[in-house]
Amino acid sequence: MTQVTTAPTLLDALEAEAIHIIREALGQLERPVMLFSGGKDSMLMLHLAAKAVWPAPVPFPLLHVDTGHNFPEVLDFRDRTAEKYGTEIVVARVQDYLDDGRLRERADGTRNPLQTLPLLDAIEEGRFDGVFGGGRRDEDKARAKERVVSLRSAFGEWDPKNQRPELWSMYNTRHRPGEHVRVFPLSNWTELDVWRYIAREGVDLPSLYYAHEREVFERDGMLLSPGPWTAPRPGETVGVRRVRYRTVGDMSCTGAVPSDAADVGAIVAEVAASTLTERGATRADDRLSEAAMEDRKKEGYF
Amino acid sequence: MTTTEGTQEAEAREIERLTESTTLLRIATAGSVDDGKSTLIGRLLHDTKSVMADQLAAVTEASRRRGWAGELADLALLTDGLRAEREQGITIDVAHRFFATPTRSFVLADTPGHVQYTRNMVTGASRADAVIVLVDARHGIVEQTRRHLAVSALLRVGHVVVAINKIDLVEEPEQVLESVERDLAALGDVLALPPTTAVPVSALHGDNVVLRSTRTPWYEGPTLLDLLEELPPLAHEADEFFRMPVQLVIRPQQGAVDPTMQDFRGFAGLVTAGAVEVGDPIEVAASGLRSEVTAIWQAGRPVLRAETGLSVTLELADEVDVSRGDLLGAAGTLPESGDEVRAVLCWLGGSPLVPGARVLIAHGTATAAAKVTSIDGRLDIASLTRTEADRAELNDLVEVTLRLARPLPLESYTTSREGGALVVIDPQDGTTLAAGMVDGTLGS
Repeated sequence: MTQVTTAPTLLDALEAEAIHIIREALGQLERPVMLFSGGKDSMLMLHLAAKAVWPAPVPFPLLHVDTGHNFPEVLDFRDRTAEKYGTEIVVARVQDYLDDGRLRERADGTRNPLQTLPLLDAIEEGRFDGVFGGGRRDEDKARAKERVVSLRSAFGEWDPKNQRPELWSMYNTRHRPGEHVRVFPLSNWTELDVWRYIAREGVDLPSLYYAHEREVFERDGMLLSPGPWTAPRPGETVGVRRVRYRTVGDMSCTGAVPSDAADVGAIVAEVAASTLTERGATRADDRLSEAAMEDRKKEGYF
Repeated sequence: MTTTEGTQEAEAREIERLTESTTLLRIATAGSVDDGKSTLIGRLLHDTKSVMADQLAAVTEASRRRGWAGELADLALLTDGLRAEREQGITIDVAHRFFATPTRSFVLADTPGHVQYTRNMVTGASRADAVIVLVDARHGIVEQTRRHLAVSALLRVGHVVVAINKIDLVEEPEQVLESVERDLAALGDVLALPPTTAVPVSALHGDNVVLRSTRTPWYEGPTLLDLLEELPPLAHEADEFFRMPVQLVIRPQQGAVDPTMQDFRGFAGLVTAGAVEVGDPIEVAASGLRSEVTAIWQAGRPVLRAETGLSVTLELADEVDVSRGDLLGAAGTLPESGDEVRAVLCWLGGSPLVPGARVLIAHGTATAAAKVTSIDGRLDIASLTRTEADRAELNDLVEVTLRLARPLPLESYTTSREGGALVVIDPQDGTTLAAGMVDGTLGS
């Protein structure tokens, strides 16, 4: 009598969940916006949003916080993608804030922590009441504790001790004026799931994700690309290596990994066999302290 | 073709094969810090090789700093979350962990077991296919275990697994297992628990978690991971009727991504029960309007059939009036819509619930204003009996009667987990106040 029906496969289940979350946010919110860097997680999120409303067009603008240190090929990819999906892209520039003194450059030159203020200002200026983010719970200890729909105060703050219970598959996006919610459709995806799905769907990504020859130098076990913001220090030598990027953030703190994986199938195989987490391998800013991400999230970071 | 290419192709095929057959199981854990829950989860992650080298290095270093003298590292630190928790040595919120075997990926909601945080267990368990309840072998089933089992039973979690931890610390482990099994059988009758399996483990040493222990020759059952790998992923029954709460109406008009789709009109939602096929007669709850499914789009690709758990967009033969908040179901199977409902609430709000309170009720994608007309009883966790009550405090389980401002197509939670689930919301600030289960009772 109690015969069990076929369960969806892992990727179908994750796809269905992400689309359900995106549709709930669109059904409940007045003015959503999607954080979009051109990186793989934001690209996947946009791909899923397009499916959620197909054959209607993506019904919200994209928002990018440009640190001023982004890879030129990623910015180019970002703009081409917005055009392809027929949606507007709002760019908040950290450089503008540095130029007029609202923010000051950090001693270590890293600009990722500086993104929070321009992000919050852009949310306020756009009167956005919901912000889609590509964060995944497998990325970090603090993210592991965040709800799919996460309430933020008028100052963008996250209060981990006072989160709403998230029950069954019902998501509560209600908030008071001035507050907003962050919505994370990829919460339950792992890095490997993301790559398997990108392979299955043939999702376009910036070329940096695939193995290529690049001039790099080594610092703290990471391969950094020399540029105006990341000059090699004495003793650090620049050489050409075959590398790829696992995340494409700020050039000053995003490292490449040695790799021969030149296509998506090879990357799936590489990630499946990988023994280093994505952030630990490539993001200097997350290594700052044990609680680095927790502190930035509380202040309103992505 | 060279050998390397052949190997790579074989690898790619193997990955594809695994991806195609992998299923997802959502599990929740319940237990207190003292039961060794963090260590058990750390052990599951470590022994399924889901811990990356840099994470393990960080944990080994932290263990050494704190004077860890045991083998390996203090695996509980793998699940350490926020700074406040590290400082106080407690868990304050639900954390999500991921591990996988070749055939199954697991999303684990790690829920704190402190009495004051029952709200988090409800959060984790409402979504779970299975719950792992932790018991300390030295203490057996205690009041907190009963609370966790009662919540699991109330939420109708499909499977309950009891991990009897620290089995290496008791003199007569076989008797402990037998006595826990006896207690579970007795509780199962009172609580209407699903079939419950107990596994003796040592999270600290890894016995029977992922690897079979050589130190428990008297135990012939499965390891914890064996059990989790073999559980049926969804407790959905084949004879369930199709249900889909409508999330969005999709009408692209001039904006259509494909110019031939300008007249498209589809209803988007998640199939929460049963399955739907092209040609099926369907009905809209409340209005009773009927039509027929002419096309099913699963994430933008046409399919002939969609099962529970999939996000779809349906096209219908007629221009029926349907909008967000409506429920679609197989024709002739939808419940009567009612405006009075009896439900069990797990009260999660900071201030107490009293009769006369005005709230919002979310059901599927619909929301209705409601008034709590009476509080009819409360579950006493210690005795597992129903007592009189006129208010509900944080973490209380109470029976209430609600009057709705408009009728909703509510199903009994005892027959439909999605169709009988309610979320109670504060109409003023939007806070989530309670998890509700339609028609639930708290026993005699």
